[in-house]
Amino acid sequence: MSTPSFSFAPIELPESASRLRTEVREFLAAEQKAGNFTPGAAGWSRVDPEFSRHLGARGWLGMTWPKKYGGHERTALERYVVIEELLVAGAPMRGHWAADRQLGPLLLEFGSEEQRQRYLPEIAAGRCLVAIGLSEPDSGSDLAAIRTKATKVDGGWRVEGRKIWTSLAHRAQVTSLFVRTEPKGENRHAGVSRFLVDMSSPGITVRPIINMTGEHDFNEVIFDDLFVPDDMVVGAVGGAWSQMGKDLAYERSAPDRWLACHDLLLQTIDRVGPKPDIAQSEALGRLVAHLWTLQNMSLSIAGMLEAGANPNVEASIVKDLGTRYDQEIPQIARTLVPEHMRGDPAHQRFEESLRHNLLFAPAVTIRGGTTEILRNTIARALGLR
Amino acid sequence: MSTMREILVDSAARLFGDLCTNEVHARAEKGARQSELWEQLDASGLPQATVSEARGGAGADPGDALAVIREMGAACLPAPLAETMLAELLLAAAGLPPRSGPLTVGPVLKGEKLSLARRGKEWEISGTLHRVPWARHAHALVVVTQVDGEWATAVVERPAITEPGMNYANEPRDNVQFKALRLPQDAVAVGGGCLTAARLIALGALFRSVAMAGAMKSVFNMTLRYAQEREQFGRTIGKFQSIQHQIAILASQLSAASAAADTVIAAAANGEASFEIAAAKTRIGEAAGIAAGIAHQVHAAMGFTYEHPLHRSTRRLWSWRDEFGSEAEWSAWIGGVVAQLGAKGLWPFLTSAQKTIPA
Ligand SMILES: Cc1cc2nc3c(=O)[nH]c(=O)nc-3n(C[C@H](O)[C@H](O)[C@H](O)COP(=O)(O)OP(=O)(O)OC[C@H]3O[C@@H](n4cnc5c(N)ncnc54)[C@H](O)[C@@H]3O)c2cc1C
Repeated sequence: MSTPSFSFAPIELPESASRLRTEVREFLAAEQKAGNFTPGAAGWSRVDPEFSRHLGARGWLGMTWPKKYGGHERTALERYVVIEELLVAGAPMRGHWAADRQLGPLLLEFGSEEQRQRYLPEIAAGRCLVAIGLSEPDSGSDLAAIRTKATKVDGGWRVEGRKIWTSLAHRAQVTSLFVRTEPKGENRHAGVSRFLVDMSSPGITVRPIINMTGEHDFNEVIFDDLFVPDDMVVGAVGGAWSQMGKDLAYERSAPDRWLACHDLLLQTIDRVGPKPDIAQSEALGRLVAHLWTLQNMSLSIAGMLEAGANPNVEASIVKDLGTRYDQEIPQIARTLVPEHMRGDPAHQRFEESLRHNLLFAPAVTIRGGTTEILRNTIARALGLR
Repeated sequence: MSTMREILVDSAARLFGDLCTNEVHARAEKGARQSELWEQLDASGLPQATVSEARGGAGADPGDALAVIREMGAACLPAPLAETMLAELLLAAAGLPPRSGPLTVGPVLKGEKLSLARRGKEWEISGTLHRVPWARHAHALVVVTQVDGEWATAVVERPAITEPGMNYANEPRDNVQFKALRLPQDAVAVGGGCLTAARLIALGALFRSVAMAGAMKSVFNMTLRYAQEREQFGRTIGKFQSIQHQIAILASQLSAASAAADTVIAAAANGEASFEIAAAKTRIGEAAGIAAGIAHQVHAAMGFTYEHPLHRSTRRLWSWRDEFGSEAEWSAWIGGVVAQLGAKGLWPFLTSAQKTIPA
């Protein structure tokens, strides 16, 4: 892992990217006007298959991929601007998020030609919802402890085991599944493989787990004698660990990391109105100074990635700072708009947003790697571990 | 960073490293004049970094000058380098000739005012300025004030100190009083491009922000090194997870400060950057407090000694975050802007290259 430079060169966006910003804003305004989406408390974190297909039709999925796989051969900075605009506007992004950001790039790097041809054009069209099956009851932060096991049979693998917290497994066409293809040996990271699982296959049971906001979002997924054909193994058998690399920098520095509670920031600004008191000014000003810093950090990392660097540590830092910032928003919003103001029907939209984001906020520093694991990663990069 | 700037920054860092000996720091802490230090700085041409070509300087761009100030912060260079550069910005805007340093500027406190009036062919200036940085060593103090509703810039030679003072890092912050002091005609410019007092404070905030980002880098380097050297319970303290996490937080805060500094430097090279300056002072000021706190905890008693150099950086961070407006003041200013923009206007504003502050 590279040692951090602590240098975040400001990015001057190319003309094409600035033009795209305007295009996305116009598109979103039209979609809103047509009633295709309404910004809500959950911000971008909603599923809307039809909206995902609209994005695909606009060429805003698989943006950087080769045209022969349904991609659009745009630059990483152009993609950055598009997703940032969509996320900020609270467009429903989760129907394609894991597919476009994680699975697509993974297949481009490690997938077989057949896998690419099968999945990439579907993802780019916004027709493929992907779930990520890593966590298990006894394997959370310690991913190498997974027990879901695949046994070699003629033409493929038989899978037995149980995943947990699998977001959107109940709506996914495909799950990107981490399985043990060899018993855990001395090298804990060896013997783990990644399978592409067609969710319509027999042998899969998806059970809802209701989260504390009251929603059904993640699941328990049970595999009982599931057959996965050989050609659905991504890359080398037993090589899943070595596939985790640069995609982490994309994942961790992306603007979704500091835009989970953005709707609540906007609702708070709206409720505070044009004549804030000093406490409101200070608190909102501080949050916006953080937002400005985070945006420039993410953009700078997008520039580093475009230049071929591997800013893994910088990306972990952005995720740590960004998720902490997000988590603070409900804690601050509640003090700026006191309870006696919230009963008024005019504040209903604020109240909805506070409720959702207050209850959702604990998740942002857990999912995709906890704060503590991120800090371990940063410390390792600094040579302390 | 351009290659030219990299070369400049490298040579500045090397020079500051050479200049900042323990003896220099010891003398600076007592507030003593350091003529030799200034002569060596002057010979390097760095204090003139903001003098444009048209004014007989090297014509460095403002970004280069700020990159040098970052290194000054990293080295804890005890000299009015930032103030001398700021003074030139005031002189240039006013169309007054450049001056050799050390120079300083005022008023540095919000709301402080001087009165300036014509007396025949001369000018007369009255009033008190508090906490003027390095005033006792300055060859001249460049002040901004209003005359008949117009902004004016005036140069006061060797200002008289009524009360010497210092910030938490023992950098001179002196009170200066003018009692109907006469100034020659050519020491004053009125109107034209003269900068306002608010603009001077914003520019001061810009310079302090960037200096803090530099000082934080040193704080981080010292802390990381110490964690890898100090042993307790049979291992280096950096092996303890709680220390690792504290240092990871320090690294994150340094990163945020660096990014804010990099961004504000670029913005200031292209325009007024009022919003960016406010955001940078707010974000970097907050990071400075967190970073200094963690650094001291990791260094424990050793870092609490006068002998150990850590406090040179942390005391500067604690001073500079308050000077030219603390994060409380600047965040309140941003909050006012945000309230005017409204929820709908916020994002278009943040993503526009030239940010027009709503009235
Ligand atoms: C909303 C949400 C959606 C999710 N979606 C998915 C999904 O789609 N697919 C999927 O596979 N998983 C998903 N997860 C699971 C997520 O990846 C795990 O929750 C996460 O990796 C942490 O695992 P855990 O919850 O088992 O906590 P544990 O690993 O048991 O950790 C418990 C506590 O111990 C700390 N800890 C653990 N190890 C260390 C260590 N080495 N050093 C210091 N502290 C440590 C942790 O930081 C945490 O505070 C989701 C989780 C949430 C909340």
